[in-house]
Amino acid sequence: MATIDYLEKEFEKLQATTGGQLSAFRQDAFTAFSRLGIPSSRNEEWKYTRVGLVFNKTFQFSEDDGSRFTAADLTKLKLPGSDEANEIVFLNGRFSSTLSTLRSQGLTLLPLEEAAQGAHSEFVATHFANSSKYLKDGINAMSTAFLSGAIFLDVKKGATIDHPVYIYNISDAREFNVLSQPRSLIKVGENAQVQLVETFVTIGSQESFTNQVMEMVVERDAITEYYKIQNDVPNANQVSTTHIRQTGKSYTHAVTISLDGGMVRNNLNLVLDAPNCEAHMYGLYFQKGKTHIDNHTVVDNVQPNCLSNELYKGILTDSATGVFNGKIFVRPLAQKTNAYQSNKNVLLSDTASVNTKPQLEIYADDVKCSHGCTIGQLDEEALFYLQSRGINEKRAKSMLLHGFSSDILEKIKLTPIRAYVEGLIDQRLEFDKE
Amino acid sequence: MLKIQNLHAGIEGKKILNGINLEIRPGEVHAIMGPNGSGKSTLASVLAGRKEFEVSNGTVEFLGKDLLDLSPEARAGEGLFLAFQYPIEIPGLSTTNFIKTAVNEVRKYRGQDTLDAVGFLKLMKEKMALMNMDQSLLSRPLNEGFSGGEKKRNEIFQMAMLQPKLAILDETDSGLDIDAIRIVANGVNKLATQDTAVLVVTHYQRLLDYIVPDFVHVLYKGRIVKSGPKELALELEERGYDFIKNETNVTEEV
Ligand SMILES: Nc1ncnc2c1ncn2[C@@H]1O[C@H](COP(=O)(O)OP(=O)(O)O)[C@@H](O)[C@H]1O
Ligand SMILES: [Mg+2]
Repeated sequence: MATIDYLEKEFEKLQATTGGQLSAFRQDAFTAFSRLGIPSSRNEEWKYTRVGLVFNKTFQFSEDDGSRFTAADLTKLKLPGSDEANEIVFLNGRFSSTLSTLRSQGLTLLPLEEAAQGAHSEFVATHFANSSKYLKDGINAMSTAFLSGAIFLDVKKGATIDHPVYIYNISDAREFNVLSQPRSLIKVGENAQVQLVETFVTIGSQESFTNQVMEMVVERDAITEYYKIQNDVPNANQVSTTHIRQTGKSYTHAVTISLDGGMVRNNLNLVLDAPNCEAHMYGLYFQKGKTHIDNHTVVDNVQPNCLSNELYKGILTDSATGVFNGKIFVRPLAQKTNAYQSNKNVLLSDTASVNTKPQLEIYADDVKCSHGCTIGQLDEEALFYLQSRGINEKRAKSMLLHGFSSDILEKIKLTPIRAYVEGLIDQRLEFDKE
Repeated sequence: MLKIQNLHAGIEGKKILNGINLEIRPGEVHAIMGPNGSGKSTLASVLAGRKEFEVSNGTVEFLGKDLLDLSPEARAGEGLFLAFQYPIEIPGLSTTNFIKTAVNEVRKYRGQDTLDAVGFLKLMKEKMALMNMDQSLLSRPLNEGFSGGEKKRNEIFQMAMLQPKLAILDETDSGLDIDAIRIVANGVNKLATQDTAVLVVTHYQRLLDYIVPDFVHVLYKGRIVKSGPKELALELEERGYDFIKNETNVTEEV
């Protein structure tokens, strides 16, 4: 693979020019990356997501001094509500301070290199690259090995952030196939509250590969909402990792919405590392064309008395393919765990497919866990019921699918984002609202 | 209004209807009775256009049109309404939105103006009062968690909203207490004029005390084996269906 040769040279350049606290992380990760390589379908975790096929093409990192992608370009890509939000922009995987805007007092945003040296050094040393303990593959290692332009975001203790934080991961693929690796480490301090929205945008007709990793620590009594909105172009591929560790009794609410894109792999890990944590994870994927969506989730119950609730729903049409893999670990200490998981899929064509797999590993005896998955067509009886009331077949289908999606859409508590996503779904359903 | 001739239909190769003949004229009320499994719901579904059932023979004319040639939604537009024996629960779809869409689609089909929010609300209020329906029911997802009686009442409410020419009620009375039966019957009778007709499928004659039929037919093994005036329903109630079963040979040529 040409990209691999390129990466080896890039690594030497990178280590030569950047020193600092994080070089050891880079070196270790590069060693791991060299050993592991890009996962093949022999790797159980990547069986249905052939990321190697994407890497047969040549990808390069891209540096932009601010002359190519401008603030005016950004304006065109913004999500509704952005003008009221804190905006964090990664351009080709590197944080762009000129394109980013912070509006809330309670936030501190630093380059990760800087955070690793100052007051946050201990935090960084403890929590950075924690996701690699769960994702032992070359893709995760690649993010750390080529660490550059990463950020540290501190949501200060006790702060209620009243403007949501929008994170834009932009890849400029106008000139060549671009490899972007946005990386962030976020601390949601004790008793803090924050809403995060993350989205991905590729511009240009070449391909992008975005390998994004967000690692987040949620401390005692903190409340975090996290929304991942994926509606990129068909030439955009991504592995998007969100690794959340709850270190005190706290609350997390995550919603992943996946619409357009090329090959999309999401890793959502929730490590419930304190008693009485609560985590809710919702997902809706609605795929058409040849898009591929893979949602791998992990809930690791380390401490007792935690609750996790997971519901992912999928609609696939044309030749779209889907994967859902939901792991739940209940460690020996984690008595009184409540962990629920459900994945429901509707296939609208004979050529669409989905592979769904729950994986429960339970090492404690006093727990309540449940899981279930369904794959089916649209309910013919329900369709007939609507048609028998004078509603044409197309409209009836869209009403049923809207109904199917609604309990996930309701979980988007941020109004402009919910309206935006509903609009996209309605558009896809050709729903003519009166 | 409705003319069924020699209708044969089945599902997955299984024959269920074996030559139904039935004519319903405007202003008439017909009742179809018959033991479980005799094909009553199948007949209703075939008339409403459920495509899982294959029609292998026969014709159905509805208001001068070839009914079997129309999509289910076109049949509704033409004025056919089926109150389902088992109304479907649809999570995530609000009852009000559903009915509003249905009403306006049917109005479009009939060349009428669609109703705006105010007009729709007015119509809904009127029909809710008629059916003694609670507002809270209509803001809930369609039939989800409704009791058996609520579902049936919701069917007749939909009928009242859609103003059909021919209403087919498939065991709308089952699971209803006597007060609810009165409400349902009242709703149906409000619809019944000299231009409309009703086909009541029922097991028991008690509904027929309130919706009085002009004709009663007995369906057995996919055929109408006996027809008669409303007194036939009483006779069936008293004697059960066994006497029909024994008489079947005699009535073969009916
Ligand atoms: N969807 C179906 N698939 C297979 N058989 C069916 C289906 N619907 C009805 N039947 C069969 O057709 C026969 C008539 O059923 P139905 O029309 O529901 O009778 P009724 O309404 O008179 O009780 C029964 O034997 C029933 O099992
Ligand atoms: Mg029946």
